[in-house]
Amino acid sequence: MTFLEVTAFLFDGFKISLLIFAVTLLCGAPLGLPIAFCSMSRFKIVKSITKVIVWVVRGIPLMLQIFIIYYVPGLLFDYQIFGKIDRFMFIEYGLPDMGRITAVLIAFTINYACYFSEIYRGGIESISKGQYEAGYVLGLTKSQIFRKIILKQVVQRIVPPMSNEIITLIKDTALANCIMVCEIIKNAKELAATKAMIWPLFFTGVFYLVFVGILTVVLGKAEKKLSYFRS
Amino acid sequence: MSILKVSNIRKSFGKTEVLKDISFTLEKGEVLSIIGSSGSGKTTLLRCLNFLETINNGKIEVDDEILYDSGSNVRMTDEKIRENRLNFGLVFQNFNLFPQYTVLQNLTLAPTLLKKGTPEEIENKAREIIKSVGLEEKVDFYPCQLSGGQQQRVAIARALALNPKILFFDEPTSALDPELTQEVLNVIRELKDKGCTMVIVTHEMDFARHVSDKVIFMADGVIEEQGTPEDVLVNPKSERTKAFLNKLG
Repeated sequence: MTFLEVTAFLFDGFKISLLIFAVTLLCGAPLGLPIAFCSMSRFKIVKSITKVIVWVVRGIPLMLQIFIIYYVPGLLFDYQIFGKIDRFMFIEYGLPDMGRITAVLIAFTINYACYFSEIYRGGIESISKGQYEAGYVLGLTKSQIFRKIILKQVVQRIVPPMSNEIITLIKDTALANCIMVCEIIKNAKELAATKAMIWPLFFTGVFYLVFVGILTVVLGKAEKKLSYFRS
Repeated sequence: MSILKVSNIRKSFGKTEVLKDISFTLEKGEVLSIIGSSGSGKTTLLRCLNFLETINNGKIEVDDEILYDSGSNVRMTDEKIRENRLNFGLVFQNFNLFPQYTVLQNLTLAPTLLKKGTPEEIENKAREIIKSVGLEEKVDFYPCQLSGGQQQRVAIARALALNPKILFFDEPTSALDPELTQEVLNVIRELKDKGCTMVIVTHEMDFARHVSDKVIFMADGVIEEQGTPEDVLVNPKSERTKAFLNKLG
């Protein structure tokens, strides 16, 4: 295999890594917000249940969560629900089905939503009470205060921790190979096993590095753009 | 007819009674200073009047309209509380400006959200008020680019943008360096000359004496003494008032 062929093969895997990254970010980031609100709820029962869920999700290795979500539905219901979704989504791309990717996407989304929710909660709780009170005495409603006054300050504060989490996410996608999803490292291991080529495995690092480099620049720009005010 | 009538206000936090039967009245155009040591309930009183805290007992009337009466069974909806709050403006000790908005936007935000006029009307009025507190050159600055005194003047302007009937100040100069205190006090003085009704919680005794029409001395959640600045600050009758004033030298 030439260098270019190896690179192309690895890039096919990296596309799956990027897919997991994008879906987790697009679904997990919004899902974190209701979880954050529930964990700050006035209703004790809602708050407690949310805290337990966040504790479990953050307390178990992500790899184990992938196994659980991939295997447990089949064990319980003897029905390949994720396989159906996988086929529906990917069959025309010729990707493997059996529900592997769907299971990974669900596990990642839930896991990251819980981490994101804690970042959001920290951000929201760090805004001083005075900001709310200033809004109240101006006759504004709670929702106006949150949308027009609090939100942007929270966004400014959570960009650095979110950047951290987002950079961790692209590297975490490698965990998907524990259920044989063909992401980049799985592909590199396949080359090692079938062609006795070990260097592609190390070469995968370059893909991650380049992507993290791009992320660092983009997230740094976002941080800079929001630095016009100090809260 | 008094513009503000407060009767028998009581407020407890848990088992601690912070306000014990507070009553006073205020006439239109008058300036009332509330003095007293920390923990005497001054700030709590202001917060209760602005509905940031719910009082346990008592009645608040503005222009003979009952805003709150613990004796009636009318439930206070969020809507009603917001309406009540708009009778008053409150200037905080630490300004609480909105950091992501410019000076102008700090003033226009609430009137715009509350639909108090067309965008042009709101902006013109805001610019006029900013000018009146002497900050016309800073309209497009962000709060973090201003000094503490300038920030507090913006906070006063922001409260004025909603035309409150009474403007409340919670220790408006306590967070400021001494040399910045004067510029804020001057703005308050000018407001008095324009006939603005104000209630000021303050530790600036000279200011209280020269600007206010009425002074209340609070101690342990009660009004220990009230009257003209002369009565309370120069010839106090109560021993506690005397002790307090002596401590300040």
